[in-house]
Amino acid sequence: MARFLFHAHGRDDDGALVSPELKNPERELFLFHRRLSIAGMLVALALGGLIARFFYLQVVQHRHYQTLAETNRIAIVPIVPNRGVIRDRNGIVLAQSYSAYTLEIQPARVKDLNQTIDALAEIIDVQPRDRKRFKKLLDESRNFESLPLRTRLTDNEVARFAVNRYRFPGVEIKARLFRQYPFGEIASHVVGYIGRINDRDLARIDEWDEVANYKGSDYIGKVGIELSYERELHGTTGVEEVEVDAGGRAVRTLSRAAPASGNDLQLSLDIKLQEVAETAFGTRRGALVAIDPTNGEVLALVSRPAFDPNLFVDGIDTVNWELLNDSPDKPLLNRPLRGAYPPGSAIKPFLALSALSSGRRTPAQTIFDPGFFQLPGAAHRFNDDKPGGHGTVDMYKSIVVSCDTYYYILASETDIDETFRFLSPFGFGRKTGIDIEGELSGILPSRDWKRQRFAGKEFREEHRKWYLGDSISAGIGQGYNAFTPIQLAHAIATIANDGVSYAPHVVKSIRGAGTDAIREIALPPPLTVPLKAEHLAVIKNALAGVPKEGTSAAAFVKSGYVSAGKTGTAQLYSLKGEKYSAGRIDEKLRDHAWYIAYAPADKPRIAVAVLVENGGFGAQAAAPIVRQVLDYYLLGEKKAGPAPAVTLPDAEDQSD
Amino acid sequence: MANFLGRVWELLSRRVDSFLFGVALTIAGVGLITLFSAADQNVARLSSQATSLAFALVLMWLVANIAPQTIARAAVPLYGLGVVLLIGVAFWGVSVNGSRRWLNLGFGRFQPSELMKIALPLMLAWYFQKFEGRIGWKDFALAAVLIAVPVYLIKRQPDLGTALLIGASGFYVLYLAGLSWKVIVGLVAAAGAAAPLVWPQLRDYQRERILTFLDPTRDPLGAGYHSSQASIALGSGGVVGKGWLNGTQTHLDFLPERHTDFIFAVFGEEFGLIGNCVLLVLYSLLIGRGMMITANASTQFTRLIAGAVTLMFFTYAFVNMGMVSGVLPVVGVPLPLVSYGGTALISLFIGLGILMSVQAHRKLVNT
Repeated sequence: MARFLFHAHGRDDDGALVSPELKNPERELFLFHRRLSIAGMLVALALGGLIARFFYLQVVQHRHYQTLAETNRIAIVPIVPNRGVIRDRNGIVLAQSYSAYTLEIQPARVKDLNQTIDALAEIIDVQPRDRKRFKKLLDESRNFESLPLRTRLTDNEVARFAVNRYRFPGVEIKARLFRQYPFGEIASHVVGYIGRINDRDLARIDEWDEVANYKGSDYIGKVGIELSYERELHGTTGVEEVEVDAGGRAVRTLSRAAPASGNDLQLSLDIKLQEVAETAFGTRRGALVAIDPTNGEVLALVSRPAFDPNLFVDGIDTVNWELLNDSPDKPLLNRPLRGAYPPGSAIKPFLALSALSSGRRTPAQTIFDPGFFQLPGAAHRFNDDKPGGHGTVDMYKSIVVSCDTYYYILASETDIDETFRFLSPFGFGRKTGIDIEGELSGILPSRDWKRQRFAGKEFREEHRKWYLGDSISAGIGQGYNAFTPIQLAHAIATIANDGVSYAPHVVKSIRGAGTDAIREIALPPPLTVPLKAEHLAVIKNALAGVPKEGTSAAAFVKSGYVSAGKTGTAQLYSLKGEKYSAGRIDEKLRDHAWYIAYAPADKPRIAVAVLVENGGFGAQAAAPIVRQVLDYYLLGEKKAGPAPAVTLPDAEDQSD
Repeated sequence: MANFLGRVWELLSRRVDSFLFGVALTIAGVGLITLFSAADQNVARLSSQATSLAFALVLMWLVANIAPQTIARAAVPLYGLGVVLLIGVAFWGVSVNGSRRWLNLGFGRFQPSELMKIALPLMLAWYFQKFEGRIGWKDFALAAVLIAVPVYLIKRQPDLGTALLIGASGFYVLYLAGLSWKVIVGLVAAAGAAAPLVWPQLRDYQRERILTFLDPTRDPLGAGYHSSQASIALGSGGVVGKGWLNGTQTHLDFLPERHTDFIFAVFGEEFGLIGNCVLLVLYSLLIGRGMMITANASTQFTRLIAGAVTLMFFTYAFVNMGMVSGVLPVVGVPLPLVSYGGTALISLFIGLGILMSVQAHRKLVNT
C-alpha cells in the first residue's frame, strides 16, 4: 500500500524501481526538480492562457466591449414633459400638473420586498392601501421600471429617508409630476383622468408611432378630454445624456434637449354652469348636455353620479375601484355619450316637423283624441297619457300638451323609412362627433335597421319584418328608438339654430406651450337640415308654448326669459293599459324623465337636453333642472341645492 | 563616513535578493500607481498603502535575515496559534456581511486566515523536513489532516475562496514532497465525482457565484455584475489602454471593489493589453526567480517552503486575473502586491522574505 503512495521508497511513481532501503539524495533531488519543472510548465501554461484571454478581450472583442463601456457611461435619460393644462372657457383650471416627491422602489434591485417595505414603514408613513396599490402595480408592471410606494411625501419624510437612504438600495426619492383635478367630481366625465400606461395604451402609442416620445412617461389619458386630446396634452419628451455611475446616479450632464410641454386646452365648457347643473341633479342619476346652438360649443356636459378623477391618478385602490365599478348607480358610465334611452315625447316636435315637411299635416289640421288609439280591425288600444283624451288637437296643441293620439295617428299614416330619412340629418342614430371618445350611435329604427338587428340565425323572418305596431310605438318615441342625451341636445340645438347644425365639441382652442400661439379647433363645416322657415316657425312657436302653458309650465313659472322646450318620458315599464303611478312601482322601474329646451326662444344662446333616470315624468323631474341651468346662464341666478321636483297641480298635466 | 554608510548598506542588502526585491518593488510600484487611479486620486488611501508597504519591507528584511532553521522552529507555534485563532473566530468572531472572518483585537480587526496562508505551508514543510527519509503514507494522511483542519474552519466562516487557496498551499507542499501521482489523479477524479455531492451543501450565494460564472449575463444587476463590468473594463481598454486616470469604467463607479480584488480591471482598462503583458512578465520574473531559489534550496524544508510560497504567488496572481478576466469564478483573492490592503501586502512580503532567507542561507548548509 505504502509503495504506491510516495516515491521515495519502493516503486517510484515515475516508473523506475528503487530499493526501499537505498537512500538516494541525488535521485530525490532529481525527482524534486522534475516536479518543480512540471509545476513551472503548468505555471507557464496558465500565464499563457491568461495572455490568450487578454488578447481575446482586449483585441478580438475590443470593439464590443468599447461599445458596452460607452453605453455604460452615457445613459440616455428621458425628461418627461409637463402635461398641458386644461381650462374652462373662462380660464379656470380644470386639470393641471404639479411636482411632488414620490418614494419609488425598483423591484429588480430589492431582494426582499416585504422586508424592505416594512423597514421603510418605520421611517415613512406607509398605509395598508399604499401596500395594496404597490402590489397591484407590481403585478401590472413591465420589466425593471421603478414603482411608487408612496406619493406626495412631506418635506419631513423626504429628509428622514435621505438620512436612511444607505439602508435601502433600489429605493429612491423622485420628483414626479402629478395630475390634479381641482374640481374633483365636477365635470369628471368631460375632463376624464390619466392613469398608468398599460399594454393597451402601449399598443396605441405604437400605432401613433410615438414610442420614443413616451419613453419615461408613466401616465397617459384614459378617459374624457385627457384621452381624446392625449397627443396635444402630452408634449415632447426631452432627452438628457448623462454620465452615470453603477448605481444609476447621474454624475454629469453631457447634453440636454429640453422637453416641450404639452399644449394647454381651453374648453368651451363653463365650469360654473357645469357646477350649477350638477348641483341641480342632487342625488338623482342622469345626464345633461348644454350646447351653444350657434356654434356647437358644449357649455355643460353632466353625467350623474360622477367620480373623483384624482383617485385614478396614482392608480386607484381596490376599495374605491369596487365602490365605483360595482355601484348600481354606475358612476363610471358617461351617460350623455354612452347612455341610450328612448326619447319618449321629446321626439314629437321632430315628428311634427317631419309631417309638415312631407305635407302629411298642416299646422291647423286637427284630430280627435278620445284618450286612445286603435288600429283598424285590432283590439289593442294604444293609450293616451290623459284618460279621456285631449279632445280636438291641432299641431300646436299636440306639442304643448304632448298628445300621444295625434302622433299614433301620424305614425300609422307614415312609413318608418320616411321618418328615418327625415330624422337622420338631425343626428339621431349616429354619432354627433363630439371630441370625447366612446360615444354611442343610439338607434333610429328603420326597416333595414330591424332586418340587420335581427339578422342572426336565432331569429325568424317574422322577427325581422317591420310591423305597423312598431311604427306606432316609434311614433311617440318608444319602441326601438334609443338616443343619447348628446344626440337630443344636438338635435334641439339644430332646431334652435334654424336647421344649421354644428357638431358638438368641448375643446375650444389649443394654446401651444411656449409659443402661446392660440389655435382654434378647426371644425367641420355646419350641416344644414333642409327646412322651410314657416315650418320651423310653427314648431318653435309650439315649443315656446310648452313652458308657457304646456307640460313644463309648472317648472317655468315666472321665468325671467322666454324659453322653448319639450318634455319626454321614456317608458321602462309596460303598463298594459293600466294607469301609471310612480308611487306604486319600484324606483328602478320608473320612467326616465326628459326635457329638451333652448332659450331665449327668439334668439337662442343655449340648448339643453336633460335626462333623469327613473325620474318619472319629464315635467316633474327634468324640467326643473333645466330651469336652474337657464336661470344661471341667462340671468346669472344661482340657486343653492338641487332643483326641486315640481308637484303637478292636477292629473291633466301628468302627460307628455 | 562612506565606510559607515557602506556598512549599513551591506547590512541592509546582505540577505536581500536584489532581483526578487527589484521585481517585487516594481510590481508594488505599479500597484500604487493603479491604486491612485482606482481610489479616485485619493492621496490618503495611497499613503496608507505606502505605509503598509514600508512596514512590509521591514518585515521582509527581518525574515530574510532569519535563518531557515529558525523559521522552521516557528512553524508549529504559528500553526497552533492559527488554528486556535480560527476556532476563536468561530465562537467570538466579528460578523460582517454574514461571514465570521475577523477577530476583534481592540485596536483593530485581524483575519486569522491570513496567518494561515503562511503557517500551513510552514507547518507541512517543517513536518516533511523533520521526518525526512522516513516518510510513509501515514505521514501524508497526517498532512492531509493538518490541511483539513484550517480549511474546514475557514470554509465554515464561510469563506470558500480562502479555504480553497489555503488548501492549495498545503497541497503544493505535498506535491513537492512527492505525493504519488496516482493519489493526485485520484484526488482530482474524486473532486470531480464529489461535485454533485458538494453542490447541495453550498450556500445560496456560493451557488449563485458559480452559476453566474458559467453565465455572467444571467443576473447583470446582481451577482454577475462584478464579472461583466470587469470584462467590459478590460475589453474596452484595448491594446494600449485608455491611459492612466482615464478609465471610464473605473471613474464612473461601474467597477465594484476596484481598489481591492478588482484592481486588475482598473489596470487593464487604463494600460491595455501592453500593460497586462508587462505585468504578467513581472509576475513571471518573480515566480521564475522563486522557482530558481526553490531549485537551489539545500534542505527539504527550504525546498518545500520556497516552492509552496512561489506557487502561492502564482496561484494568487492567476486566480485574481482569471477572475477579473472572467475565466474563473469570483472569489475574494487580491492581486498580489497590487491590491489595496495591508494584511495581504505584509503576508506576501513575509513570503518573499522567506524566499530570500532560503536563498541567502543556502551556502551555509551546502558547504
